Amino acid sequence: MKILVAVKRVIDYAVPVRVKADKSGVEALLPKMSMNPFCEIALEEAVRLKEKKFVSEILAITLGPAGVQDVLRHALGLGADRALHVVSEQELQPLAVARLLAAVAKRESVGLALLGKQAIDDDSNQTGQMLAALLDWPQATFASKVEIDTSVPSKMRAVVTREVDGGLQTLSMELPAVITADLRLNTPRFVSLPNAIKAKKRQIEQLSPDSLGVEIVPQLRTVEVNAPPLRNAGTRVSNVAELVERLHNEARVL
Amino acid sequence: MSILRLRCLSHSLLYQSERTLHERFFATVPTSSHLNREALNYDVLIVGGGPAGLSAAIKIKQLCEEKEKDISVCVVEKGGEIGSHILSGNVLETKALDELFADWRSCPDVPIKVPASKDRFYYLASSSSSFRLPAIGPLHNKGNYIVSLSEVCRWLGKRAESLGVEVLSGYSGKEVLYNWNGAVVGVTTGDHGVAKDGSRKETFSLGVELRARATLFAEGCRGSLSESLIKRYNLRESAEHQTYALGLKEVWEVPTSQHKEGTVIHTVGYPTDHGTYGGGFVYHMADNKVALGLVIGLDYKNPTLNTFKEFQRWKLHPVIRQNIEGGTCLQYGARTLNEGGLQSIPKLSFPGGALIGCSAGFLNVPKIKGTHMAMKSGILVGEAVFRALTGEAAAAAAEAETIKRRREVSLVPAPAGSDAVVPSEAWKKGPADLSELEGAVQRSWITEELHSVRNIRPAFSMLGLIPGLLHAFIETYVFRGKAPWTFSHRAPDHERTQPLSECTPISYSDFKPDAKLTLDLPRALYLSGTNHDHDQPSHLTLRDPGVPERVNHAQFGGPESKYCPAGVYEYREEANGRQHLVINAQNCLHCKACDIKDSTQNIKWTTPQGGGGPNYKVM
Repeated sequence: MKILVAVKRVIDYAVPVRVKADKSGVEALLPKMSMNPFCEIALEEAVRLKEKKFVSEILAITLGPAGVQDVLRHALGLGADRALHVVSEQELQPLAVARLLAAVAKRESVGLALLGKQAIDDDSNQTGQMLAALLDWPQATFASKVEIDTSVPSKMRAVVTREVDGGLQTLSMELPAVITADLRLNTPRFVSLPNAIKAKKRQIEQLSPDSLGVEIVPQLRTVEVNAPPLRNAGTRVSNVAELVERLHNEARVL
Repeated sequence: MSILRLRCLSHSLLYQSERTLHERFFATVPTSSHLNREALNYDVLIVGGGPAGLSAAIKIKQLCEEKEKDISVCVVEKGGEIGSHILSGNVLETKALDELFADWRSCPDVPIKVPASKDRFYYLASSSSSFRLPAIGPLHNKGNYIVSLSEVCRWLGKRAESLGVEVLSGYSGKEVLYNWNGAVVGVTTGDHGVAKDGSRKETFSLGVELRARATLFAEGCRGSLSESLIKRYNLRESAEHQTYALGLKEVWEVPTSQHKEGTVIHTVGYPTDHGTYGGGFVYHMADNKVALGLVIGLDYKNPTLNTFKEFQRWKLHPVIRQNIEGGTCLQYGARTLNEGGLQSIPKLSFPGGALIGCSAGFLNVPKIKGTHMAMKSGILVGEAVFRALTGEAAAAAAEAETIKRRREVSLVPAPAGSDAVVPSEAWKKGPADLSELEGAVQRSWITEELHSVRNIRPAFSMLGLIPGLLHAFIETYVFRGKAPWTFSHRAPDHERTQPLSECTPISYSDFKPDAKLTLDLPRALYLSGTNHDHDQPSHLTLRDPGVPERVNHAQFGGPESKYCPAGVYEYREEANGRQHLVINAQNCLHCKACDIKDSTQNIKWTTPQGGGGPNYKVM
């Protein structure tokens, strides 16, 4: 079975950011880029499934301009078999990404698509769900545990535990399916030096949106980005009565 | 002799021979010899991706292209990427860069664009007053460029990669590898995924051995592996100890009206007293950025000196604040630098490798410039390595020997060529012999430049600020660096700290960060981008865990909690009244001040898990 893992190159999670002067977006004070943490977790899960012999080939895919290739090197170092780069200079929004991934998934006859639940730059949390809808595949988002059930060889199933607001939900679904990874699914391994060196020498396949038959039309326009308002300092209250009074009159929550 | 003694004797003999066997057959130091590490082989390994390391790598590859040879070069860098651990003023003298890339000016992406156009020098008499002094001699920067050294290193890194250098960032050199003959054969990279208690985590990955015929150590000031090599090979036998300073720096983005691109300002005086060597700088860079910082000599005496607060205070002086008023701080960082000059340069080469750049210590203190020296040392070692690995050095040595013998021999000439000394084949394998590097550095402008300024810094230490400035003037314009004496450094920095009982504590009670011009430490650390995986053993080790309480705190009031620019060290009083040293290793900026200044040299800085540490982008 082939697995498709989509990885996104984002500003490193540890880097401080600030709102741009023209309020059109966010800029990093120290633009260190790395793989989206949830995508890394998804890729680690794919590698573990391959180690358990459920998966024959892992395809890592990223989308964007030329500069995003280093995230594919990281993916190859972690254990991906092939790396695909869909080259596009345009802004790629979740729907466009989902359409491109759907085209690749069909072309490569993929059995499972593993994505991160969301990217830490836009926090959209949409691509996985849209991908499933476009492909008409079952989906399990916010996965914290993934098991493959091969009791019926012709019909492989995935048993996924999801983290939902109320607790944990376990779903069983036929493959092919889309699964998006949440934080507690696993801890990604470290790319050892020999693997990093080998990854540098590997080939990255390049694709264009035209060759996949997808037209990229942005559906959303960012109007304004603002920094969150500064938190006011807390105040101490002298007794419970005053607390209730202030919650009722000032904060208006009671 | 009793049977018991015989047994003990034979036992110790057995132990002796076992150790010899061990050293004979295992090519690594004991801690890694029993582990099955993977080994990667290169011709040349360079530890540290700074200006010296990258210049050496580039030079070797350029010579390979020129003379059609193939030498594999690997640069290993502990920072997340090239440049992320680089911090420097920086007004770059391009002498060495011109030698490396004669055409650098025509490269469209080179980050060296702002020429220094205005030099200013101020003596800050108090927190509000100042006198302008002539910016002459080493403080005159015509022809130099104001740059961000992290950006320059990133550019050099790309050039190196395009020449075929393998650049591995995010991997730290943990231990030096030696062979059975005591020669350096490479380094081991650190293990990844070790928990705080020493156990292996899920993500555990064993470090690898990077083996090479020539290993160059370009770790910067007080490099951890370099210091171990200096001890092992006694490289300081005929040199003095190194002396250091700590530089704290910030880069600000300022309104266009404040920005005066090309301005270079240096200050002395406030906030340090006349007995403490120190000075500040303000450089107006490209794109509305201003770099500013304070350098404090680590031979300071008062254990209550808080380097971070001194730096923040200095920014409030009218001469300084007018440069950054209304701006935003983009980045903060700190790093130690060498001040020892010529007197402190150790022997550079040892079997299988050499020290270059600030690991050796070529900084020109009066100019406060070390980059051009570091790059030149990289170029010289690159040439030496190329000659050693291609047999040119052996051939040249054989030729010199032939000429020498011919001079000594009788007048009857031998048939042409028959008396030529044949170079040995030893250069073809095994650790490279880089001993011709010493001569090359002696003959180069590195030594010439350092010789002319060798007395200036030691004089400040002996005479204080004002006489020191006068002496610097006399040394530069009267003696022109040719005075017949050379001052010595006297006591090392860590021995200069006076006990708390002999000092008046410096008061910082009036200092409160205002978030506009002055920062508080947590905010500053956030802006340095520094981060380490918290679940790893502390990379700051104590040789004796009882010393901080007994000596550092009891006698000196815990100076590490004050000089560390990252707030790593804190003393907490426990319930039983005893002082406990808490080490917040996660904050570490890799400046090495603690390794240098700790009075009993109890704190040892080691490399943490690779990829951690600061994330300098414009420093």
